[in-house]
Amino acid sequence: MKQMELYIHIPFCMRKCRYCDFLSSVEDEATQNLYVRALLSEIAFYGGLYRNRTVTTVYIGGGTPSWLKESAIVSILNEVRRAFVILPDAEVTIECNPGTLTGYKFSVYRRVGINRISIGLQSADDDELKRLGRVHTYAQFLKTYELARQNGFSNINIDLMSGLPGQSLSDYKATLQKVIRLKPEHISAYSLMIEEGTPYYEQYKFDLVRQEAGLKPQFLPSEDEVYQMTQLTSQMLAAAGYGQYEISNFAVRGYECRHNIGYWRRENYLGVGLGASSLIDNIRYSNLRDLHEYIEQTKQIRSGLWENEHKEADGTVRIEELPAVSIHASAERIGRNAQMEEFMFLGLRMTDGISRTAFEQCFGKPIEAVYQDVLLRLVKEGLLVKHAGRIFLTERGRDVSNYAMAQFLLP
Amino acid sequence: MTVDQSKIRNFCIIAHIDHGKSTLADRIIESTGTLTSREMQAQVLDNMELERERGITIKSQAVRIIYRASDGEEYIFNLIDTPGHVDFNYEVSRSLAACDGAILVVDAAQGVEAQTLANVYLALDHDLDVMPVINKIDLPGAQPEEVIREIEDVIGLEADDAPRISAKTGLNIDQVLEQIVKKIPAPTGDADAPLSALIFDALYDSYKGVIVFCRIREGSVKPGDTIRMMATGAQSEVTEVGYFGAGQFIPCEELSAGMVGYLCASIKNVQDTRVGDTVTNAKRPCSEPLPGYKKVNPMVFCGMYPADSAKYADLRDALVKLQINDASLQFEPETSLALGFGFRCGFLGLLHLEIIQERLEREFNLDLVTTAPGVIYKVHKTNGDVTELTNPSNLPEPSEIEYMEEPLVAAEIMVTSEYVGAIMTLCQERRGIYVSMEYLEETRALIKYDLPLNEIIYDFFDALKSRSRGYASFDYELKGYVRSELVKLDILINREQVDALSFIVFKDSAYDRGRRMCERLKDEIPRHLFEIPIQAAIGGKIIARETVKAMRKDVLAKCYGGDITRKKKLLEKQKEGKKRMRQVGNVEIPQEAFMSVLKLDDDN
Repeated sequence: MKQMELYIHIPFCMRKCRYCDFLSSVEDEATQNLYVRALLSEIAFYGGLYRNRTVTTVYIGGGTPSWLKESAIVSILNEVRRAFVILPDAEVTIECNPGTLTGYKFSVYRRVGINRISIGLQSADDDELKRLGRVHTYAQFLKTYELARQNGFSNINIDLMSGLPGQSLSDYKATLQKVIRLKPEHISAYSLMIEEGTPYYEQYKFDLVRQEAGLKPQFLPSEDEVYQMTQLTSQMLAAAGYGQYEISNFAVRGYECRHNIGYWRRENYLGVGLGASSLIDNIRYSNLRDLHEYIEQTKQIRSGLWENEHKEADGTVRIEELPAVSIHASAERIGRNAQMEEFMFLGLRMTDGISRTAFEQCFGKPIEAVYQDVLLRLVKEGLLVKHAGRIFLTERGRDVSNYAMAQFLLP
Repeated sequence: MTVDQSKIRNFCIIAHIDHGKSTLADRIIESTGTLTSREMQAQVLDNMELERERGITIKSQAVRIIYRASDGEEYIFNLIDTPGHVDFNYEVSRSLAACDGAILVVDAAQGVEAQTLANVYLALDHDLDVMPVINKIDLPGAQPEEVIREIEDVIGLEADDAPRISAKTGLNIDQVLEQIVKKIPAPTGDADAPLSALIFDALYDSYKGVIVFCRIREGSVKPGDTIRMMATGAQSEVTEVGYFGAGQFIPCEELSAGMVGYLCASIKNVQDTRVGDTVTNAKRPCSEPLPGYKKVNPMVFCGMYPADSAKYADLRDALVKLQINDASLQFEPETSLALGFGFRCGFLGLLHLEIIQERLEREFNLDLVTTAPGVIYKVHKTNGDVTELTNPSNLPEPSEIEYMEEPLVAAEIMVTSEYVGAIMTLCQERRGIYVSMEYLEETRALIKYDLPLNEIIYDFFDALKSRSRGYASFDYELKGYVRSELVKLDILINREQVDALSFIVFKDSAYDRGRRMCERLKDEIPRHLFEIPIQAAIGGKIIARETVKAMRKDVLAKCYGGDITRKKKLLEKQKEGKKRMRQVGNVEIPQEAFMSVLKLDDDN
């Protein structure tokens, strides 16, 4: 039976954080209820469409899924179980933000089969949390973390961020130390990326320009400081027994996030909910992004054909028809070259990189037949290693991974 | 069909830049009904996209107008537009050769300016009758009577009955039209004599081939005639003759003595047509060619390279096509280690360079890399030879050089008195030698300086404008060569010399220029995986150094299912950026960096 992962998007937050560019907004309970109903229709619809697929992982992300009342999560997961066959040992994650949960909520999550909790902490420094526009304090996080443990969760992730405005290396070190002491099974440590369209972008755009010009920024840490922070992350987490398995992800052995690894290995995934993306048999879909349009359209979801202009190698344009559904905003077939590109730049995000055999199985030819020159060059530049049937980035390669990954884009 | 010569008036409009020449041309065309109002667009004669954008006239344009005068007769006006900028004197000269008279437009507020004089002298050189017109009398600061006195005093032209007009509002344009009939002489020339026609412009049309713009001095020409270009000897059969509607060609049966028009003759090779050449009839040639134009020599040189080296042949074709109606543009092939195959091009001045560059990019869709502009240096070698140097890379070894000379220009700067100090400081900074200063009026001074040409080709115009808040006007002509202490400044990137970045500089300025060049390049060159030293050197000696630090971190922190497409676009953008780079050794240099020497002084 074919397999796929399932992602469920909850686009609501109590407040929008200043750096966040995810699809989420602050909505009242009535709107949330309408949304959950729409989501249930979508899931039910796909149950009909993908009856023959087994779901290996479920990830409820957002937004802030833990802000929804617990009954909503119950009905969503019940609908999922009605619609799909889920592996008995499937990883089922929910994203939580401190200050939105009670012990009761956690106990309900346990009962409906959620077995992994991902908590957005970002920083253990209350001033930094305030500047980020987070709704919680460090103390509130500790409370949430304890509640999760008390309710029997034994697979918990904590999200952290470095490179925050006004953050020094020692500030960041303090956060890392506090988190390590808690012994979560998994830590995601991101360096802050300032995205256009966020309040942070407006606030710090001059600093971004300064950074670009090689000048020392005023509020943001310099490139060197950010570099030191990521170095510190790797060192301290390694010393504490965490293995780095991806650019920003660390885990106690055996607790690596299977859902996310699926993205990097280009497994099939179905995304449901507002703006969610799917990759099914090398067609990438994305859902409508307007909340009310989405709610309206889910009342009568239909299968249909998506017409795309497809440009042949010889320049002729023809219309390609792709299977799609009526709540899709786009559908695109990933061509063979693009599949190879994605295979490489996604696979190389993981510290154990890609498997030669996997490449050959996917594309019917050895990797050298496509990337001989690039591989040689990157090895020579000390950014890449070939070892025991695998190809992966060196530590330096991970530091400048954009450069290394861009090399795998085909002309 | 014969046209009565006494009913033809061939004239041009000359003026200082911004005095309203093109606007007056528009009004003349409009008021004689040559264009319907739907066709009328501001500044009809400036039909190059670039000309309209910049509000200047670059190429000469011609248009034929029918005017019914107050004497009840119909006259044919051939109006030829001329450029006003100092760089395009050559073009002015060409247009004047096709005329019998000129309208001199003078701004009622600004009066006689440097280019007013220069253009009047050019017109008188061509034996043209000059008819003054006072424009912009609607402006608050207009002083038409004073300006008329100035024209009489400074230029020595009778101006009492000069029409006082506003080309913008159309006021008194009728007076201009009447005076054209009375004051501009009708052409002379025998329509039955052997053909002699002066080529004053030409352009390439992909359907008609080369279109020759000419003034018929003697004889006549019609389709079917076999013509010969007297300088190149090329012969071909005339396929079409005609005259100029505004922005279009209107065929007619015959062009005869006194007329201005065009001819097409299935001329295959664009190089067979030279502006300034004489066209005659192959079977019945005239005895000798008409006097051509004074050949104008380019003064500013730079290397032009296609950004995509596969476009070399396209660049050559484009240059050949531009050259047919711009004889002052010169080019010859050259190669650069850094930039590959390209051309060393010669221009009349920096504006001319910019215009050609932009025309190549827009009209021919070429992406160019341009090296720093330079002038012609004379290198006196120890063995007694003298060579003219246009490309710094060709400078002989220092041991072979006895001494060098650089071109000097006599510059005239007209400026309002409050900025005299600032302008003199600027000239001193540019190694200027003070010649004289006189007050033309209480508030306006004419400053004369001798300046090394290489000091003014970079950014002198900009500096002049900014230090005088736009009030200074500037004109120059080549004065001669003077001995000078010059050195070649080389740039090394990652310890490799980049030939396309070398330039010749006055010895005492070398350290400063070298340092600024390194700073500029440091900003232009993106971080690489390794550290890149940027050095400036004279001979083997390093005089300045900057370092582009190695890239330490370049990572997309997050990439999950929802943003793979977006993240891939970021990587693509990163790779796309590399395409606009030039690889020198193992360093990628952005194409803009090669022009960056130009902007060395922009902190003025």
